[in-house]
Amino acid sequence: MSDRRMAVGNYRNDFLKEVEANVEDGEWVKMCMQCGVCAGSCPLGPYWEHPPQEIFMMIRAGLRDDVLSSESMWMCTSCYNCIVRCPRELPITHIMHGLANYAHRLGLAPKMNPTRRFAKLFWNNIAAGGRANELKLSLGLYFMDGFATGIKKSLQMLPIGLGMLKTRRLNPFGLLAGGNCKDRKGIQAMLKKAKELEDKRKGFA
Amino acid sequence: MAGEMKLGAYICKGCGLGERLDCAELAKVAQKEGKAQVVREHDFLCHADGLAMIGNDITAGVNQIAIAACSRRAKAEAFTFDGVCVTRANLREGVIWVHPDTDDARETTQEAAADYVRMACAEAKAMRAPAGNPNRGGSKRILVVGGGISGLTAAREVAAAGYEVLLVEKSDELGGIARHLYRRVPAKEPFTEPQETGLAELVNSVCSNPHITTLINSTIAQTSGAPGRFTVEIASTGGNNRSETVGAIIQASGFTPYNANALTEFSYGRTLDVIDQLGLEKLVAAADGAPITRPSDGKPVKRVVFVQCAGQRSADDGRLPYCSGYCCNTSIKQAMYFKDADPAIDTTIIYSDLRTPGNGEDFYRSAQRKDITFTKGKVSTVTPTAAALKVDFKDLILDQDADIEADLVVLATGQVPNSGIDIETSDEAQAAAADKSILNLTYRQGKDLPQLRYGFTDSHFICFPYETRRTGIYACGPVRRPMDMAQAMDDATGAALKAIQAVENAAAGRAAHPRAGDLSFPQYRREGCTQCKRCTVECPFGAIDEDEKRYPVFNESRCRRCGTCMGACPVRVISFENYSVDTVGAQIKAVDIPDEFSEKPRVLILACENDAYPALDMAGMNNQHYSAFARIIPVRCLGSVNTIWITDALNSGYDAVALMGCKHGIDYQCHFVKGSELATYRASKVDDTLKQMNLEPERVQLFEVAITDALRTPKLIDGLVAKVIEIGMSPLKF
Amino acid sequence: MTKQYSFYPGCSSETKASAVNYMTSVNAMCKTLGIALNEIPDWNCCGASIGYAEGGELPRHAMNARNIALSEKHNPGQDIVATCAACWLGAKETQRCLQHSRRLLDDTKTALSEAGLGKDYKGEVPIRHMVEVLIEDIGYEALAKPVVKPLTDIKIAGYVGCQTNRPFGVAGESFENPKYLDKLVETVGGEPAKKYDQKVTCCGGALAFSEPEKSQAQIRKIVESAYDHGAEMIVTPCPVCQMNVEIYQDQINARYGTKFHMPVTYYSQLMTVAYGGTAKQAGLDGNIIRAEKLEKIAAKPAK
Repeated sequence: MSDRRMAVGNYRNDFLKEVEANVEDGEWVKMCMQCGVCAGSCPLGPYWEHPPQEIFMMIRAGLRDDVLSSESMWMCTSCYNCIVRCPRELPITHIMHGLANYAHRLGLAPKMNPTRRFAKLFWNNIAAGGRANELKLSLGLYFMDGFATGIKKSLQMLPIGLGMLKTRRLNPFGLLAGGNCKDRKGIQAMLKKAKELEDKRKGFA
Repeated sequence: MAGEMKLGAYICKGCGLGERLDCAELAKVAQKEGKAQVVREHDFLCHADGLAMIGNDITAGVNQIAIAACSRRAKAEAFTFDGVCVTRANLREGVIWVHPDTDDARETTQEAAADYVRMACAEAKAMRAPAGNPNRGGSKRILVVGGGISGLTAAREVAAAGYEVLLVEKSDELGGIARHLYRRVPAKEPFTEPQETGLAELVNSVCSNPHITTLINSTIAQTSGAPGRFTVEIASTGGNNRSETVGAIIQASGFTPYNANALTEFSYGRTLDVIDQLGLEKLVAAADGAPITRPSDGKPVKRVVFVQCAGQRSADDGRLPYCSGYCCNTSIKQAMYFKDADPAIDTTIIYSDLRTPGNGEDFYRSAQRKDITFTKGKVSTVTPTAAALKVDFKDLILDQDADIEADLVVLATGQVPNSGIDIETSDEAQAAAADKSILNLTYRQGKDLPQLRYGFTDSHFICFPYETRRTGIYACGPVRRPMDMAQAMDDATGAALKAIQAVENAAAGRAAHPRAGDLSFPQYRREGCTQCKRCTVECPFGAIDEDEKRYPVFNESRCRRCGTCMGACPVRVISFENYSVDTVGAQIKAVDIPDEFSEKPRVLILACENDAYPALDMAGMNNQHYSAFARIIPVRCLGSVNTIWITDALNSGYDAVALMGCKHGIDYQCHFVKGSELATYRASKVDDTLKQMNLEPERVQLFEVAITDALRTPKLIDGLVAKVIEIGMSPLKF
Repeated sequence: MTKQYSFYPGCSSETKASAVNYMTSVNAMCKTLGIALNEIPDWNCCGASIGYAEGGELPRHAMNARNIALSEKHNPGQDIVATCAACWLGAKETQRCLQHSRRLLDDTKTALSEAGLGKDYKGEVPIRHMVEVLIEDIGYEALAKPVVKPLTDIKIAGYVGCQTNRPFGVAGESFENPKYLDKLVETVGGEPAKKYDQKVTCCGGALAFSEPEKSQAQIRKIVESAYDHGAEMIVTPCPVCQMNVEIYQDQINARYGTKFHMPVTYYSQLMTVAYGGTAKQAGLDGNIIRAEKLEKIAAKPAK
């Protein structure tokens, strides 16, 4: 909290309205009563730059850039603890996901955030064939920062990978096959359509 | 009760008493040492059969009864016999349940039981059955002072219960502050929208009720008397003064809005666009549906900021230290005035802790749904600029300084109670404030109700919220504590019922709460009185006046029967028929004191019957053990403890004495408000006496306990016994 | 009597995927209990907990709606059953959201029609986790009947984790202290570590990949507490939980100097062994940290 460098908000409703219109479950943001139970319930709470309660206040204060460029939402592990404990029954997990997605789509999310990069990798992995290919996914993650780092990370993870191989829980030929639905084409068309509709609704088009 | 005293002692063998104790031996003790003329054992004394046995003995002439069975708190109804004094030896909760069932403990357990039988017999012999206060008044009419929401509600409720009401209002109109409200905070489902105040209907129901007489433009010039027979002089601005008799009084004198002129940091008084909540109500009422405009220039308000806790919850001089409780809901309601008229108007409520009592949580949510912005922050200044107002505040969630512009700023200022004169201040200060008095009581202790703090009237917050420290006078509404309209109406209803109880008890010569129904009352031996005035000064309830020769005048109906006067009296001339220096003194003397070398100390515990004694009973119910060397005597209040009991006990060989009573101070729990405080003061004076007797000061202790201290009280007793063993037995045994 | 269910196995259950041994044991368990699992033809990924960032709202719902539509089309009248917590949660969440938003429903159907399923989505079929099928449709008493090798002398920590527990959870269980795993352990004759206080702590989920230090701090608590409460084994209903809690123990040992070697099993593995299945049928060969006590019981002849 001490070294925050936030612009002073205008305390007008314009950003709140934007969030309500474009962010999943964004219309709930105004219902927060600032009790802080979410912050105290989050398993990665100590690592959040701004806990959910604070994010909600920042939205109300109109701190658009600070919210959308924050690493905070990317700390969400989707454990849903905040949702079940929120006395106001805010779908906090969904709002955090929604904000992360919105920031990512606007290109304001922190570029190097590992979860953002992994999430992108993951979606592309499943969108390609309809199902997840765990080998491609892991290697993609390790080699995200280039070949040399990738080799290093792969070596670090080698014992785990070997363990998985040995117990037949990883497919050594996953690079060549696997993770494909029969109707790959249909799925791809469906996702393309869905994205198109969403972009239109949320003003990305 | 004419004729001879005839004592019957009854030893119960039920509930395990027969197995744990030698009851035949106890019967012998009752007969030989207790001098009971009739002694009977019974297997199951509270059974119809056992009660019939006692009833037959009463018919045959027994008129004092000692029941050796369970605690006096158990089977109280079964063991009540009309016109007969009953004492209880607590052998169950006080003996067998608190001492172990072992061979080692058998002897000391039996000794404790025998002592309690001796004590019960001795107490019964010192008691007389009370006949009720002879100075009763028959008026059942109830005076309501104040014609705001609280007073109107009280009047309506009293009349609805079939009692006559005299309603006195100072101004020329009924309704109080509520007259100025445009709408009220919702009081019914779904608690989401402001609602009509309902004041017109309430006023109508009062004005059209044949049981209610309403006097406007009137004040109370003088109040004298006691419950059932108050004489009230009513002054009218028209000069139409009158004298009325009433049985009880409900004081609903309400509050005055805090004077916002002191809030210079918020520019109140400097610009017309900073107003308080009442100011906004008037503004909205005046607009009557049209857009709300700025007082300064008549432009429509597009941005409004509500500043919560303005001049409240502050330790600064001239500010209110407390939360007024109603203002958060009020600001929510007022923000809705704007939002409901035009959703485009920005409404921001800046709060540090949003407190929404009642069903305000639903109202709060409703406001959030309406896009009213809630910002947790603390406003430092409001500054007029060329076109608007600049509100500077610290955002407490984002931990940053911020500002917001507004066309109108509404300050949530608090309630200042209309309590009249503070009787704890100097005579000069009271004289200077004489015209502020609400009741103008002729009581020796002052003209108005005693206050607790911040000017609110004193009442027992936990147990008896409407009771003031003047019997028969009940405070309700914001004069008692800060509150909103819904709470004031509940409060008024409670006070109405209490006032009705008071007139009924007064007519029957009985005590009001907390000893409701008690027929005893204080009496004094005039020839022994030294006119020292200690009783009149120390009575927590202002019950005692002085006559022209400075002798006490007890005003029995104003008395709560706590016995604080009895504890105060240095010459011990004050007593009740069934509770006196003698009834307790006789019990103290009845205990068998083993000699110095017996290794059996005796520790006397004088325990408040309201909290400490039940806590000790509950220790028994919870299988908590304590030393069998303790002998416990319940007292009405520690305030009734006369120090002679302590010195007598020590003189007759007790090794230590402990007083167990309620917490005192600003958050007191004493049923009689000041009793435990006075006892603490008096006990502190015993040290000198102990020195004269050459006894260690540790031999007298005072413990503050609560009714929940079932686990702690045994430890306190054991600790005291251990202390005695450490410092040695009393040398005064013989 | 065999009960028919429409089965959504999910990506991790595939051959040579991370939870293949879960699948193996579920098959064995279901055979004993008379549960027929009819796989949804050509099912796809649910989007998992991390799909939101790139996938957004509507594409994610489209993925799940496709599975529901396929199930309603090919396995009509059958409850959808998932073994994976994320699959179950994803499908259920989509069903809820589409129930509550006409706009989302219409958009989703438009997208589904691109995959030829525009008219097949009804969203009416109950979506269940396998655990719900066990305790609600069969019941603890019936689950105990086929036990031939009670898991005596094993103390097991029931690690429920997040997504089978929140936000939907299992009916009648509390979010803070769900007890169904403990009851299942008792049902098969084991001793639950009833005071295990990290049973609903998050393992980090997908962040085990992207934020390994933070996740492993979580996993450390989860394993340590199991040791503290005397457990010899952890049991879980979730493939992500199983993987995260099992495979990083060596890295955690290196980081924190701990000596963790705690087997992490699925409830279906316990049940398969208790029902007399072999170690292979229970997928015990798939555990990187071998559940030796279970293997021993599996190797013994039934009494």
